[in-house]
Amino acid sequence: MTVSIMKAAEAALAPSGAKLLRFRVPDLGSAKSRLLQALAAAATRLLPPLIMLALGLAVWEIACMKPGATLPGPSRIWADARDLIVDPFFNLGPQDIGLGWRVLKSLERVSVGYGIASVAGILIGALIGQSVWAMRGLDPIFQILRTVPPLAWLPISLAAFRDSQPSAIFVIFITAVWPIIINTAVGIRNIPQDYRNVALVLRLNHFEFFWKIMIPSAAPYIFTGLRIGIGLSWLAIVAAEMLTGGVGVGFFIWDAWNSSRLSDIVVALAYIGVVGFVLDRVVAAIATVVTRGTAAN
Amino acid sequence: MAPHLKIDHVDKLFARGSVVTDVLSDITLTITKGEFVSIIGHSGCGKSTLLNIVAGLVQSTKGGVLLEGTEVNSPGPDRAVVFQNHSLLPWLTVYGNVRLAVDKVFAGAKSRAERHDWTMHKLALVQMAHAKDKRPAEISGGMKQRVGLARALAMEPKVLLLDEPFGALDALTRAHLQDSVMALHQKLGNTVLMITHDVDEAVLLSDRIVMMTNGPAARIGEVLEVPLARPRNRLELATNPTYLGCRKRVLEFLYERHRFVEAA
Ligand SMILES: Nc1ncnc2c1ncn2[C@@H]1O[C@H](COP(=O)(O)OP(=O)(O)OP(=O)(O)O)[C@@H](O)[C@H]1O
Ligand SMILES: [Mg+2]
Repeated sequence: MTVSIMKAAEAALAPSGAKLLRFRVPDLGSAKSRLLQALAAAATRLLPPLIMLALGLAVWEIACMKPGATLPGPSRIWADARDLIVDPFFNLGPQDIGLGWRVLKSLERVSVGYGIASVAGILIGALIGQSVWAMRGLDPIFQILRTVPPLAWLPISLAAFRDSQPSAIFVIFITAVWPIIINTAVGIRNIPQDYRNVALVLRLNHFEFFWKIMIPSAAPYIFTGLRIGIGLSWLAIVAAEMLTGGVGVGFFIWDAWNSSRLSDIVVALAYIGVVGFVLDRVVAAIATVVTRGTAAN
Repeated sequence: MAPHLKIDHVDKLFARGSVVTDVLSDITLTITKGEFVSIIGHSGCGKSTLLNIVAGLVQSTKGGVLLEGTEVNSPGPDRAVVFQNHSLLPWLTVYGNVRLAVDKVFAGAKSRAERHDWTMHKLALVQMAHAKDKRPAEISGGMKQRVGLARALAMEPKVLLLDEPFGALDALTRAHLQDSVMALHQKLGNTVLMITHDVDEAVLLSDRIVMMTNGPAARIGEVLEVPLARPRNRLELATNPTYLGCRKRVLEFLYERHRFVEAA
């Protein structure tokens, strides 16, 4: 009897004791432990790439140490192009400006070309996605055009526009537009019949259907296209600028090559890589915010 | 009373290439204002097809649908549908889903503030006002159907069309929602056409039960009046002889005379 009563009392106490403990521990150390956890998480994500970067730089340095090496090692680059690395936004006259300014100039062209490609791509994709026949007829053509390299468009666009600035923008547009069209069209085709039925019962007109059903429903697909598109745009701008000139990171590389400033080229490559990465992440982040409703279902 | 909704000699054939499926054959049904009519039948007999014809989402091959004496053959908010799988738009909140319908249907007739009040009122009718800022993915299946019902009611339809609205729900939630629908029907006096495959649900809710034969070429086999006084209480009805009699009639129809035959 007594034993069972004791057991019952223990059982009754044990959970409340556990609760007390569970409440106390985080009270005392929750902020600290959370900070530690965040730091640990950041370390596990940041450390491996940093270590690999250091290793890579070391190997590179060793490989370029022997006399007569054709390429500069990291230390040479640091010595040659220190101003470019540490200050992206210096301005010492018309042609002597920081790489940040050049990147901004390139981004400006990209934003125009890519912006037009986004709007046109989504509209054309929406039109094509509505019709089975347009899809069947145009999809193979787009699939072929999609594989034409950006630079192959440049001579044609130079001939058409007779000016380098619009030509570069056109090359970006024509490179980025195909994946946006194709993905939008697929997204529109995949709008569930249920949503179409809702629109029919509500008698939504074409305009309302486009904004209230099509775009949100196809958003995950559209953003897939937009993300591929921004990557291709950035690929295209560097190549196009190398040939069309003007202020921009692509032309900077070409110019550096002509005056044998190899270190500058390497720095520019790093800039291009980082900016491309950031662009991709920005579009991906916008996508997660915008499509959180659709993706959740 | 003059017929409110009339389904007039409707036939439906689905043709795909040279293959023609005869789904519905010579369906005629008259529903008066405020009546609650259920359609019951085995899976695949064409219940959804019939409801979609009334909704205007599917065109009949022959015959037509008259609403208050005028023919209807395209979808519209006067025949609001609660779909089997809720069909809420996942990127809108609960409020947004209902508000979309309200904004469209009462665009010119109500001010902004009135449309807001109307939306909140309909959400309150189905006890979903508390979850107005949630997204469909964040609420339970029963709650989604409630919101679907609120959206349909918000359109002030002349006929409310329900396609197995509780089919995907567990028994308890289903009973709860049936009571809600009964109470709403009592309060608002809507004309309702509901599809179901649940005999108890049909008898409990309906004024009349339309029993369909098996396809292909399904017909209306029998129409049963349910002469039970409203409001109805499911517990009291459990032993009511009229209720049990109606239930037996439907069961006999479905499981003796028109047993479900497996498609070959
Ligand atoms: N678009 C279509 N094309 C061809 N056949 C169709 C089409 N829609 C429905 N059918 C056929 O019509 C018949 C009836 O379908 P329906 O969906 O109306 O049945 P139901 O009674 O609602 O079944 P359930 O109870 O399973 O929902 C089925 O045999 C189906 O194969
Ligand atoms: Mg069905």
